[in-house]
Amino acid sequence: MACKFCGPKLSLCGLVLSVWGIIQLTLMGVFYYIRAVALLEDLPLDEHHHSMDSFITNVETGYTQNAYNCWIAALLYVITLVVSGHQFWMNNRSSVSM
Amino acid sequence: MGAMFRSEEMVLCQLFVQPEAAYVSMYELGEAGIAQFRDLNPHVNDFQRRYVSEVRRCSEMERKLRWVAGELPEPPPPPKPERCSLSPREINILEERIDFIESEIQEITRNARNLKSDYLALIELRTLIEKMQTFFQDHSAQRKISASVQIYNNDAVLGHLGFISGVVTTARVPAFEKMLWRISHGNIFFKQAQIDEPLKDPITGHELQKTVFVVFFHGEQIKLRVKKVCHGFKATLYPCPATYKDQLDMLAGVGTRIKDLEMVLEQTENHRRLVLTNIARDISTWMVAVRKEKAIYHTLNMFSMDIVKKCLIAECWVPRKDLTAVQKALENGVKASGSPIPSILHYVPTNEIPPTFNRTNKFTRGFQNLIDSYGIASYREVNPALYTIITFPFLFAVMFGDVGHGIIMTAFAAILVIYEKRFLKIKTDNEIWNIFFGGRYIILLMGIFSIYTGLIYNDMFSKSLNIFGTSWRNVYEDGVLRNHTMLELDPKTAYTQTPYPFGLDPAWQFASNNIIFLNSFKMKLSIIFGVIHMAFGVTMSVVNFNFFRKPEMIFLQYIPQILFLLLLFWYLCLLMFMKWIMYSAVSEDPSLGTSCAPSVLIIFINMMLMKSSEDKPPCRAMMYAGQNEVQRTFLAIAFLCIPIMLFGKPIYKAFLAKKRKQYQQGVETGEVTEKEGHDGGLAEELITQCIHTIEYVLGAVSHTASYLRLWALSLAHAQLSAVLWQRVLVMGMGPPGVTSIKLYIIFAVWAFFTLAILVLMEGLSAFLHTLRLHWVEFMSKFYEGQGYAFAPFSFTDILENEEDDHKPVMETNGGPPE
Repeated sequence: MACKFCGPKLSLCGLVLSVWGIIQLTLMGVFYYIRAVALLEDLPLDEHHHSMDSFITNVETGYTQNAYNCWIAALLYVITLVVSGHQFWMNNRSSVSM
Repeated sequence: MGAMFRSEEMVLCQLFVQPEAAYVSMYELGEAGIAQFRDLNPHVNDFQRRYVSEVRRCSEMERKLRWVAGELPEPPPPPKPERCSLSPREINILEERIDFIESEIQEITRNARNLKSDYLALIELRTLIEKMQTFFQDHSAQRKISASVQIYNNDAVLGHLGFISGVVTTARVPAFEKMLWRISHGNIFFKQAQIDEPLKDPITGHELQKTVFVVFFHGEQIKLRVKKVCHGFKATLYPCPATYKDQLDMLAGVGTRIKDLEMVLEQTENHRRLVLTNIARDISTWMVAVRKEKAIYHTLNMFSMDIVKKCLIAECWVPRKDLTAVQKALENGVKASGSPIPSILHYVPTNEIPPTFNRTNKFTRGFQNLIDSYGIASYREVNPALYTIITFPFLFAVMFGDVGHGIIMTAFAAILVIYEKRFLKIKTDNEIWNIFFGGRYIILLMGIFSIYTGLIYNDMFSKSLNIFGTSWRNVYEDGVLRNHTMLELDPKTAYTQTPYPFGLDPAWQFASNNIIFLNSFKMKLSIIFGVIHMAFGVTMSVVNFNFFRKPEMIFLQYIPQILFLLLLFWYLCLLMFMKWIMYSAVSEDPSLGTSCAPSVLIIFINMMLMKSSEDKPPCRAMMYAGQNEVQRTFLAIAFLCIPIMLFGKPIYKAFLAKKRKQYQQGVETGEVTEKEGHDGGLAEELITQCIHTIEYVLGAVSHTASYLRLWALSLAHAQLSAVLWQRVLVMGMGPPGVTSIKLYIIFAVWAFFTLAILVLMEGLSAFLHTLRLHWVEFMSKFYEGQGYAFAPFSFTDILENEEDDHKPVMETNGGPPE
């Protein structure tokens, strides 16, 4: 179990960043999923559309894709959280035992 | 209640204390920290005071304790809380004990040092012999030397080749060799070899680079000279046998001696550690006791003796509310000493200005510090810190309005506040941390207010929240929508006429005139808040005038000042409100329609320049009937206020002085009148008043404009966060897969910049601007800040300060002693 590769500061930084990332990216995913208009600007869209329907499908797929994208990134941050949490715990424990 | 409103009332007290009771009384006062003592013998030299020997004794003990603490391998545990004072006997015991400990540790250290230098010498000798063996054996050229040396040593008469061996510092070797060469005219043979592993100096613990050398020479004369040179170069000479067999014997002997010494050294080190750990437990407690003792005697030195030398007299400033506590401390002192004579406390009426003392708690301290760093309030002056608690976070939040950044700030401050007890225990020298921690409640409030203003601006990391549903709707057909990238929404048709319930309508996020609209809105808000803030500041001066019994100043200064401000600048704000209310896209009257809404700024400028503008049908130049007349009247009154501000006070004073003179001439009393105000009279008064008036009038204009920084910083903040989102975070958007990993990295980058630039840097700049708005724009209207702070005799203050002073010292000799 002695696989300590982060110092106390780095692991704390990872901990904070991943908690923030999980909360924000999950919420952003939810907002993309429910098609929040405020996030429309962030979709990769073409300038010209042939018809209303194609535009709408374009937007819909953009929203869904971004939602999954955000959730996957959130999952990556869950992994980061676990890793840095483990490191943080290791650091704390070693400092206590000293 | 009302403790923050103005500083506390202070009383100058005189204490008559029996010398026996003084110590315990002072101890209690020091624990309570409620009295500021005055030095009653300022002309007496430090060494001529009554309790010099005690102070010196305490300093000596403190020095010893500090030295011992420096010897400790790790910092000692914090002191145990001990609430009772030490009796003189306990102090004596403590002193003896400290003396004993100091000499014991000194002796151990000295012994260890001696042992270590012996050890070093032995090690050097061992290496020397080892190297010598190679010198003698290696080269065939040296065989001859070796042989002749042996002959020389065996039969002193026959051969004449001798040798000296020793160890010298590596840096000196070249000079050493050259010198030897010179004195012997080249008739020596010098051989050297560096010792590979560095040795350690027994005293300093530094590493030493040394070199073994051996010098072969011929004749007694040269031997003496060589010895002298060796002495000059501080080389250590060791006797070394010439034959191989002897060398081996000696090496074995040295080896056993080294082993013995190592054992002894280890035992000494263990003993020393044992002694130190025994001390470590108590040392902080002793240190605290000694420092308290020293502080008490130091304060007692400020007391004066009465004529018969029977009791001590002290003078001190005490808050009126704490008088009972002082009395109790005195009584306890008398009780403890068992003397029949009680201590006496009585008030001294005085003309001196008392110190300013604001009682604070952990929440208000931060805000009070903000005010005090500008200047300590004059005694009993109205205290701006009370209002700062709300206005400071609010004005900050106007510039920092963003829900997301507000949440980050609140979370950070909340952690500091929730775990404050744990953080309080960790005392660090980290200045930035201490600033953040000291201002944790300010940061918490700033964060909460930022969330609020962020909701009002409808900004969360530059994105709007559509909580209640926007009040704008689409009025265009599909075909029109498809052919245009940008369309205009006429408020007459596209707006539902029911405003968005809270804050800014989220539809504005997509508007291309977003910035134009927000600028006009935020600029107006800034001016309105600014004028209210300043008017409040001016009004605070009434409280001061009332309290200091200067009712005439209300008429001569407050009323003209506030009239000037309100008639010009609050009128400007009123025009803004009228413009917001009167003009609308759906109004029946075309003169009140959108195209006819006047520019408030131009109306205001025209008012100041007394220009009248023409009607342009269907629009009217003025907003209401008779506006021109009203404005002229306001302007006239405002300008009439200036001469009142300018001449009111000096004329009133001159009038008063004249009246008093007449009265005195009439009555012809022999009484000495109270001291006449400084001469220079009317002229000086006029000049100061002139400066004040110019400052106020120009200030009213420039300070109003200065509040526009609220708008400017808010704009900058919103735009920066929008740019960060659009240019950085959007890079990670796209179909899931590889972009997710990209998003994972980009989010970290975005989070870093959000923290570093938007929260830290922008937060700092908004903080500084808020500070300026309070110090300059708000407090200049009423605050004098000419007081001096109450500095009570308090153990907690003294101990904290001393710790700061001595920390560097602790660190320098705190290294592990070898």
